[in-house]
Amino acid sequence: MNAALWISKSGLDAQQTDISTISNNLANASTVGFKKSRAVFEDLLYQNINQPGGKSSQNTELPAGLMLGAGTKVVATQKEFTQGSMLTTENSLDMMIEGDGFFEILMPDGNITYTRNGQFMLNEEGEIVTPGSGYLVQPTITVPEDAKSITVSSEGEVSVSILGQIEETVIGQLSISNFINPQGLEPLGQNVYAETGVSGAPIQGTPGLDGLGRIRQGALETSNVNVTEELVNLIESQRIYEMNSKVISAVDEMMGFVSQQL
Amino acid sequence: MDKLLYISMSGAKENLNATALRANNLANAKTTGFKADIEQARSMQAYGEGLPTRVFSLTERPGQDFSGGALITTDRDLDVAVQGKGWLVVESEDGSPALTRSGSFQIDNAGMLRTSAGKFVLGDGGPIALPIPLDKFTIGKDGSISVRPSGAPATISEDVGRLQLVNPDIKDLVKGEDGLFRRKDGGAFVNDGAVTVASGMLESSNVNAVSEMVDLIKLQRQFDMQVKMMKTAEEVDTSQDRLLRFS
Repeated sequence: MNAALWISKSGLDAQQTDISTISNNLANASTVGFKKSRAVFEDLLYQNINQPGGKSSQNTELPAGLMLGAGTKVVATQKEFTQGSMLTTENSLDMMIEGDGFFEILMPDGNITYTRNGQFMLNEEGEIVTPGSGYLVQPTITVPEDAKSITVSSEGEVSVSILGQIEETVIGQLSISNFINPQGLEPLGQNVYAETGVSGAPIQGTPGLDGLGRIRQGALETSNVNVTEELVNLIESQRIYEMNSKVISAVDEMMGFVSQQL
Repeated sequence: MDKLLYISMSGAKENLNATALRANNLANAKTTGFKADIEQARSMQAYGEGLPTRVFSLTERPGQDFSGGALITTDRDLDVAVQGKGWLVVESEDGSPALTRSGSFQIDNAGMLRTSAGKFVLGDGGPIALPIPLDKFTIGKDGSISVRPSGAPATISEDVGRLQLVNPDIKDLVKGEDGLFRRKDGGAFVNDGAVTVASGMLESSNVNAVSEMVDLIKLQRQFDMQVKMMKTAEEVDTSQDRLLRFS
């Protein structure tokens, strides 16, 4: 059948993927620690229909051939790890990383995952856990029952003031990890990412040292989605989608004309 | 049967090829750095016995529209757009250098700078390796790359190389089967110091959707006319047949 149909179909598919990416970004515009994605487009292979340099007559050559592209494809969705803005909450278990790095989370299956969402809570044992599913933040820090207030320093040192004691008691030290290629991390949902072969191994460290970000207590990192940008992208993708479908209906009309007339 | 039918058929077939080319342009209306293909038809005479009165048509792609696409700000350090004329050089699948205008880079786990499609970005001295992990990545106007390794003080900035920027005559360039550009004669690329880049930006596809749609209508109508001619050929044939039957 006609190549144009399949080429336009590839265009429709790619725009559909792009619109899905945009709608996921928009849906997560207020998810704490969310990082936006964008679809990366590439043209597909080109097919040689008429080879340039072929003979046009006995002693003349075609100066240009005909190479037909096979359409487009979304080759990747790239996460953009730019910093979101700061949202002050004054909640002592809300933390944000200012700079590079990820909090480490222990999943129920024993694997370590990574997150930028520092909206933590305590479970019934007094351990610091993630808000949605209650996964343990690593290294495990247990807040004593009689703690009056919790303080987290910019280097990740967690201390509590206990009723009746003058000095603050240090109960643990948060560590954060960074990756050579954070874009290679696999988003698992629930705001967490998993290490992959392309992300490189996690480089663990103390917040504020060796290029890692500092921890800000009482603040959250908002989603880095730029709503205006997403809406502009949406308009663009929608129109391109329409034009590609127009090509399909045009080819359909052409074929319809042939079968009617002949 | 009259050869008119076959000539119309060649016209209709080439119109379909041209439609496919336009469809490809429209499908790539969002591909970063894409350059729209141009299509034209050539008349091809059929030589044989007698006079060469039959002229078939042949669609060809004489080149690309090399005008610049719109610059989109992304504010991503690893995005680069070539300002004005010029090209970025990447390593194609067979290892030879090829040209692209799509500058959406990424750093792999070995610290190599790659395009979003995974091809190595070439600098003045081959593929660019970065001292990982990085804190900050900057590309200057002239393509020079400076980085601040992780943990280094803010005053430190390490130069790690320069993007290879070239500006060959666009008349010498041809688009390969992988969508990258090469020289027609296969020659090497010469660096051009006058090419400048802007970081935090990408160049959008230069496909003009309106002109593609207009061309599509034109091709559709032309195709309809070819089919009409085929119908006419059939009618001529039938009336000839009838004439013979009467006598």
